[in-house]
Formats: sequence, C-alpha cells, structure tokens
Amino acid sequence: MPKVKVARKSTAIDMTAMCDVAFLLLTFFMMTTEFRGDESVIVDTPSSISEIKLPETDILNITVSSDGKVFFNIDNKNFTRERLLARISEKYPELQFTPEEERAFVLTGTIGVPLAELKGYLGLEENDRKMYSQPGIPVDSTNNELGIWIMQGRLSNPNVRITIKGDQACPWPVVKKVMDTFQDKNVNKFNLITDLELDPNKLKGL
Amino acid sequence: MAELAEKETKKKGKKKRRKKMSTRVDMTPMVDLGFLLITFFMLTTTFSKPQTMEINLPVKPKGEVSEEEQNKLKASKAFNILIDGENRLFWYRGLLPDEIYDEPAETNFSADGIRKALLEKNNEISEMVVLIKPTNEAVYKNVVDILDEMNISNIKRYALIDITPDDLQELQILKQGE
Repeated sequence: MPKVKVARKSTAIDMTAMCDVAFLLLTFFMMTTEFRGDESVIVDTPSSISEIKLPETDILNITVSSDGKVFFNIDNKNFTRERLLARISEKYPELQFTPEEERAFVLTGTIGVPLAELKGYLGLEENDRKMYSQPGIPVDSTNNELGIWIMQGRLSNPNVRITIKGDQACPWPVVKKVMDTFQDKNVNKFNLITDLELDPNKLKGL
Repeated sequence: MAELAEKETKKKGKKKRRKKMSTRVDMTPMVDLGFLLITFFMLTTTFSKPQTMEINLPVKPKGEVSEEEQNKLKASKAFNILIDGENRLFWYRGLLPDEIYDEPAETNFSADGIRKALLEKNNEISEMVVLIKPTNEAVYKNVVDILDEMNISNIKRYALIDITPDDLQELQILKQGE
C-alpha cells in the first residue's frame, strides 16, 4: 500500500475577510461614538429603580458636587450655548466677551463660576481652565445666579429638559435650594439623574 | 556590480518574460490596526445612557394663601418620614405635637424597614399621604432613596417638605431616649 501523503498546506490565511469585518465594526463605532465633554467634577449619583432614559440633547443639567458646589451645563444643539452667552451679555452690558472667549464657552463643559468671574475663567488657557478649581454658582437667596442661568438657558432653548445630577454625599439643603430656584422660575417638572438599581417588585416575579 | 552584470548576461538568451507578481497583500497588519481602533472606540463609547427619576413639584402659589384655601391634611392620613443626618430614619403617623396615631419609631432603609411600614400602612389607610421631611443635615442619597421607595411601593401621594420645629424636637427626644 502506498503511504498516504498529507498535502502540505500553507499556514497563511487570507486576512481580507477579517479586515473587512474589522473596518466595518470600526466605522460603526466611529459613527456612533459621541465624545463626552469635559466634566470638571466627578459625581457619584445615587441609584433608583427608575428606568427612564435621558436623551442626549436638549438637556440643561445642574450638577451638585459632594462638597455642595453647584455647576451648570447645557448641550450645544443648534448653537444653544452661543445664544446663551449672547443673552447673558445682553442682560449684563458690563459682561462683553471676545470671540475667543465665546469659543471657549462653547467648547467648555460645565460652568461653575459666578458671573463676575466668568470672563476671567473663559480667558484662561485651555489647560489652565481644566486645572482651575471652580467655586460653584451662587444659589443664595440674596445672590441667586443659578436662576439667571436657568432662565437664560430656557430662553435659548425652549425645549430643554432640566436635570439635577447630585452626588450621593452632597448636603440636602443645597439640592433644596436648587429645587426652590426651579420653583421660582416655574420649573416644576425635572429629572434626577440616578444609577440603575434592581426593582424588587420585578425580582419577585422571577 | 559584477554580480548584477553576470545575471543580466544569463537572461540574455531567453525570451524576456516579466515575472508574475502575486497580487496578494498581507492584510495582517491592517487587521491589527483595525482591531486596535475598534477596541479604542468600544472602550470610549458610552452605551448606557443615564437613568433618570422624574419629579413634579407643585406650582408655587402666587401671593398669600389663606388657611381655608389650603387643603388641610387629615392627621390620620399623614405618614411622616424624618431623615436624619446620620443616615438614620424615623417615621410616625399623625401630625405633631398632639395628633399622633402611630408613635414615632426608628427604622432603616432596608426592605424590612421603611418599605414594610409604608406598604402596611398604605394598605390599611386609604388615601395615605407621605410627608418626606429631610433635616438640614440630611444627605442627598437618603432623600433619593426615600423617593425611590415611593416608586417601589407605588405610592403616588407624597410631598417633600421642610422639617418643622416640632419634628426637630421629636427627633431630639427620640435620640436622647437611647
């Protein structure tokens, strides 16, 4: 009997198909990715069973950090941020911004400085701005600048949804003050951003 | 140079034939690069959008509201939750100082604690209203936890209100009693 000869096959595999798949996935991820803007504060939100998802645009967010500082953020759909800054300088003629500062305002994420310091903050170099420790927006009853931001933010984008993103450890009176400001400005419906927690009622059904 | 020249002389005799080059390209580095980028985009993408809890506050009344205009809450239907600064939780039913239906008691955030009390009382009393009263020292997390309990127990009638001096006094007494 003749010996069976095993044909020697080349170990090189055709990579073209794999390459196709890789780049298909790559395009998908590149299209869907949306880079998160700078968040100057790290916030650990409490959890709830609520499953309502938040849209990505038309959001006016008030962040309350663990040390009780208040920050403001609004997304830039249809140039909302540009209009917002224009409205602020319209209302406060002493606050006029250069085109560079306007650009900085559009690109920067959360704002947590009093109006008086806003110009100085926007004038900083980008890296300095990231390092700058923001004092938070004043929410005292005598000097409630948060109300101004909310008012102008809503005028800049009437469809905006208002959310509060509070840290687990942030003191309740600060959140209370923020909510009181909302009520003053006739914002009676808003959302609290939370992490997902398992609903015990659903657990029972399993 | 000498070698090259030699080669040329060898070829001279034959017909000039172009060497057939394979059109295949080694795709491996390209695949490597592709997957590297995929990993990067996969890791940076945030798929999970944040969850939110919706809250509706009552419209702030314009001007003064007289006592009669306000809906007086029946003391027997008022379920009060007091949130303390040290992650402690107390509840009572009724209105302080004198209309008490269930004596103030300490409870906790677990399923056997406040949730049990809420569900029991909610079944017992029709149209029960929960009054959530965080103290000034309370932490945001605890308030959200209680609001979440309202969703879990499916209680629609609740209010977030400021703590009263009577409540604070009661808290003091409860803590001293330990």
